[in-house]
Amino acid sequence: MERPNTIEVEKLVREFKKGPRAVDGIDLRVEPGEIYGFLGPNGAGKSTTVLMLTTLLPPTAGTARVAGYDVVHEGPSVRATIGAALQEAALDGLLTGREHLRLQATLQALPRPERRSRADELLERVGLMEAADRKVKGYSGGMKRRLDLALALVHRPRVLFLDEPTTGLDPQSRSALWTEVGRLAREDGVTVFLTTQYLEEADVLADRVGIIDHGHIVAEGTPAELKAQVGRPTVEALPPDPRIADVLAHFGDPVPSAKGVAVRLAGNADLAAIVRALDAEQLQVENLQLHQPSLDDVFLAKTGRSLEGAGDEEEAPAGLAMQPAA
Amino acid sequence: MSNLPDEVYALARRSVVRTSRMPAQWIAPLIFPTMLLAVNSGGLKAVTHLPGFPTTSYVAFALAVPFIQGALFATMNAGTELARDIQTGFLNRLALTPLRSAALLAGHLGGVVALGFVQACFYLAVGLVVGVRPAAGVAGVVVLLVFAALIALAFGALGTWAALRTGSGESVQSLFPVFFVFLFLSSMAIPRNLIQQTWFRDVATANPVSYLLECVRSLIITGWNGEALGLGFGIVFAMGVAALALSAHALPRRLAR
Repeated sequence: MERPNTIEVEKLVREFKKGPRAVDGIDLRVEPGEIYGFLGPNGAGKSTTVLMLTTLLPPTAGTARVAGYDVVHEGPSVRATIGAALQEAALDGLLTGREHLRLQATLQALPRPERRSRADELLERVGLMEAADRKVKGYSGGMKRRLDLALALVHRPRVLFLDEPTTGLDPQSRSALWTEVGRLAREDGVTVFLTTQYLEEADVLADRVGIIDHGHIVAEGTPAELKAQVGRPTVEALPPDPRIADVLAHFGDPVPSAKGVAVRLAGNADLAAIVRALDAEQLQVENLQLHQPSLDDVFLAKTGRSLEGAGDEEEAPAGLAMQPAA
Repeated sequence: MSNLPDEVYALARRSVVRTSRMPAQWIAPLIFPTMLLAVNSGGLKAVTHLPGFPTTSYVAFALAVPFIQGALFATMNAGTELARDIQTGFLNRLALTPLRSAALLAGHLGGVVALGFVQACFYLAVGLVVGVRPAAGVAGVVVLLVFAALIALAFGALGTWAALRTGSGESVQSLFPVFFVFLFLSSMAIPRNLIQQTWFRDVATANPVSYLLECVRSLIITGWNGEALGLGFGIVFAMGVAALALSAHALPRRLAR
């Protein structure tokens, strides 16, 4: 019987010689067909976790099972089940896109007659058919990322690891990649483990999000759940008129605002009711905005820092030659 | 059914395709040894008048040198290419497939051997054009090409081992001068028995590169010489086995899977 496409991690640790604990006892579980967003700044431990889950780096302690297989003791079975696009799109600039796919299809032991058709199918799917016979060194960053994704999909993996797949991409390429990843999970039932440092990416794409900082998971849940933990939305109005502040105060508790006046909405208060109240008082409002709590607010609440610009530490080195500390 | 032959072929093909798309990788190993052959043949022609020199054609004598120089280039190419794969993460991509370690080594070295074979054919063709006729005949030419392929394999495996140990193309390239010292301290320019300096003769006698040269030289100049062939093939076999064993030992640590 086929094992479920789950990812189960218990107390996973990775230490490097003369370095900190890059991953410090994390627990997580990803359900079949789920997109799990692993969010954190540079150096938080995201890539190290991916390297362990893809069997490329042995854990120092703890256990991890991917699709029911232990990453330490059943490495070949794990690798047969997963696809991975790691942080750097490791492509050979002198080969063409089609040559990459054929090589990958051979190494993934696809039957010979299927190799050509699978390569064409994936080139079509990621929109690289026209560039298929061009050397990869002439590809844009977005094209390389799409080829990387296609390579990860050659053998129809049940679990897909994407390590910062949209870093450095333009908005159009990013959106195209999101669409494809979403389709993989929805239509093909692929479980996706996606690391990112982009709040929007985690918010839009992930069914559930784990926020990692300094090797610890500091929050986990659906984006809506996490935002709900932070609190209700805020409404901010310009200009900073005391009469506007008085009206807003009927709808929630005042919160600091750099440019105007703001309140955190209470109960069932909504924007339409505020607009009606301001209109009834005949107050001139230049700007009225509803701010939903963001994942950055969640990160700020959990770590005391903003995720934007929090990644000033070095990512744990991902080289394969490094040895466990003990 | 085992996918091993397909894996080896696919990786060897990649190696050959890569090399063919980098002209500097295959032009230099063809041109530079040939130029050195031309310079040496012109400048050292008088050496053939020394009593006991085995041939009247210095080109025939020196033709063995490009075969060894070509092997040195094979070492560098094999090592730097693999180091590049390590540095770019391409080896990680390969490590995530069911690829066998043996297939990775065989495929990688298969491309190196193919290039070594092409180089050997080129050097041989240059020799034939300038009038060298291998004394061992057509069968000798076949043995010579096999020997050249084995040299490329052995030296290529050494480069592969260096790349796996260091993971750095620069470190692999730093071996090049070391190997060249071995070449210059051998019987490259003159037969060992005609070297006047005792220390140089002793060093050349202890230097395994001398026996590789003498194996090639015997097929070109003297015909079938069991001792020279035995020593040449024995040394290249031992080198190859040792280098492959070292590479096979280092590969799992580098793949770390």
